[in-house]
Amino acid sequence: MTAGTAIKKGLFFLLVVAIVLYAVFPFYYAILSSLKTGSELFRVDYFPLAWNFDNYVSVFKQNPFATNILNSVLVAFFTVVLSLFLGVTAAYALARVRFRGRGLLLLTILGVSMFPQVAVLSGMFQLIRTLGLHNSLPALVLSYMIFTLPFTVWVLTTFMRDLPKELEEAAILDGASPWKILTRVFLPLMWPAMVTTGLLAFIAAWNEFLFALTFTLTNDKRTVPVGIALMSGASSHELPWGNIMAASVVVTLPLVALVLVFQRRIVSGLTAGAVKG
Amino acid sequence: MADKLSRSRVRSAWVFLAPTLIVLALVAAWPLLRTIWYGFTDTSLLEMEKSKWVGLDNYTGKGGLLHNKEWWQAVRNTLWFTLLTVSIETVLGTIIALVLHRSFPGRGLVRAAVLIPWAIPTIVSARMWSWMLNDQFGIINHMLLGLGIIDTPKAWTADLAMTSIVLVDVWKTTPFMSLLILAALQMLPKECYEAAQIDGVHPVKVFFRVTLPLIRPALMVAVIFRALDAVRVFDLVYVLTTGTKDMATMSIYARQQLIDFNDVGYGSAASTLLFFIVALLTILYIFVGRVKLGDK
Repeated sequence: MTAGTAIKKGLFFLLVVAIVLYAVFPFYYAILSSLKTGSELFRVDYFPLAWNFDNYVSVFKQNPFATNILNSVLVAFFTVVLSLFLGVTAAYALARVRFRGRGLLLLTILGVSMFPQVAVLSGMFQLIRTLGLHNSLPALVLSYMIFTLPFTVWVLTTFMRDLPKELEEAAILDGASPWKILTRVFLPLMWPAMVTTGLLAFIAAWNEFLFALTFTLTNDKRTVPVGIALMSGASSHELPWGNIMAASVVVTLPLVALVLVFQRRIVSGLTAGAVKG
Repeated sequence: MADKLSRSRVRSAWVFLAPTLIVLALVAAWPLLRTIWYGFTDTSLLEMEKSKWVGLDNYTGKGGLLHNKEWWQAVRNTLWFTLLTVSIETVLGTIIALVLHRSFPGRGLVRAAVLIPWAIPTIVSARMWSWMLNDQFGIINHMLLGLGIIDTPKAWTADLAMTSIVLVDVWKTTPFMSLLILAALQMLPKECYEAAQIDGVHPVKVFFRVTLPLIRPALMVAVIFRALDAVRVFDLVYVLTTGTKDMATMSIYARQQLIDFNDVGYGSAASTLLFFIVALLTILYIFVGRVKLGDK
């Protein structure tokens, strides 16, 4: 190895370290801050000095934070279930059956996924009030369909289209109904794509803020992002930073775990949604 | 026989599609039409059933959006934010993608680390950063003071609101960008590089002459995709700059009119204009992306 390549390797290594630090440091610093209390919090440290979990205890005591987490879990879970069920059936029709207007329909569904949420805010507000769902969790599940469903349909359709034709030919000759073909032939093969889209829908629902902020009123119906955004202290100048950091860490840890475990699936799902299209 | 079969298949296809289409009509088409309609009325949030048709008043009337300085400020903020974030993210994303494209020990871990900002909820990253950017106790001021880059603490989220928002958005969404670019890089034929390498062409030249032209279509799609997202920015601004009125974006402005000022008519008009900007970009996206429609 010449001196030149050694220097190049060293620089490359430094670049990698810089990228990792840039990506991870804010989260690391949030963990660090969440473990400090009192005046320690207002001193800048780069490494943990003590492990103090007081903030974690008080964030659950002083706020309905446990309720917020439960709400978020329920909303995200039902959003995933509903959009996967609707998505798989629609994807079967769009991917495996030739009919007029199929291309236009797919394009329309893709177009819906680009809607800015604000553009439907007042109409959605009125719809939710008419249905009597204001300040309830079903209102969130229903409204989240606007961004999870188009994406789910799109990715599942792309996936199903690439499955070989022979798969269903035998079943069609046997006279199996489309529902049977979908559940018996395709569904067992669809799990990878469903896990990917389900994960992405879960993350989207878990992170959503605008609808959750607008369609809920009381603390016992709020989801985690709204809960954290509205956490405040005695005055606007005394935000409970320790609590906020503890809450941030609590809601982010499951997501970081998901990302680390399902890294490949998430990456393939994201790129399928955007580039492959 | 075959004809009958395919006809019954088409029929069942529509049955399978029906639930999705009904839900989308309910949560997308109807609310959108309703919002556009509200934009032509003077509806108040307190009495949404009572609406009076006011025509184009909310747009071109005396106090209409097109004559409203605050709204234009929101438009300028949004476009400026979009331009800045998308261009910085494209450059940074490309660099990170090029690094991840090389094979080196621990690449999987680095890729996972890069994904972390993407997975953190926007609200949480806004809170994390507003703590780091805190004017009195924040680590950013502490670092910059220590390095001698600034000589007095800066009020990041107040005086430098735009810089802060761009900073946090770039941090949060560059991973997404780099993954899209990485996917494009991985689809490139290896032969081009090998030929260039044998010829002893400088790597920077290889990038601009070979790689960049080849990934340009994918890059364009990624850029428009990000721009679509940036134009509707809401969460980050809402949390990071609470109180700084002159940093409102178009989404913030529309919601403020709608919910905080109860003015459904005016707010809906502002939403509708944002919708048309996004619709234009979407058409561009579909055109540039040359979406595969399934019918060959």
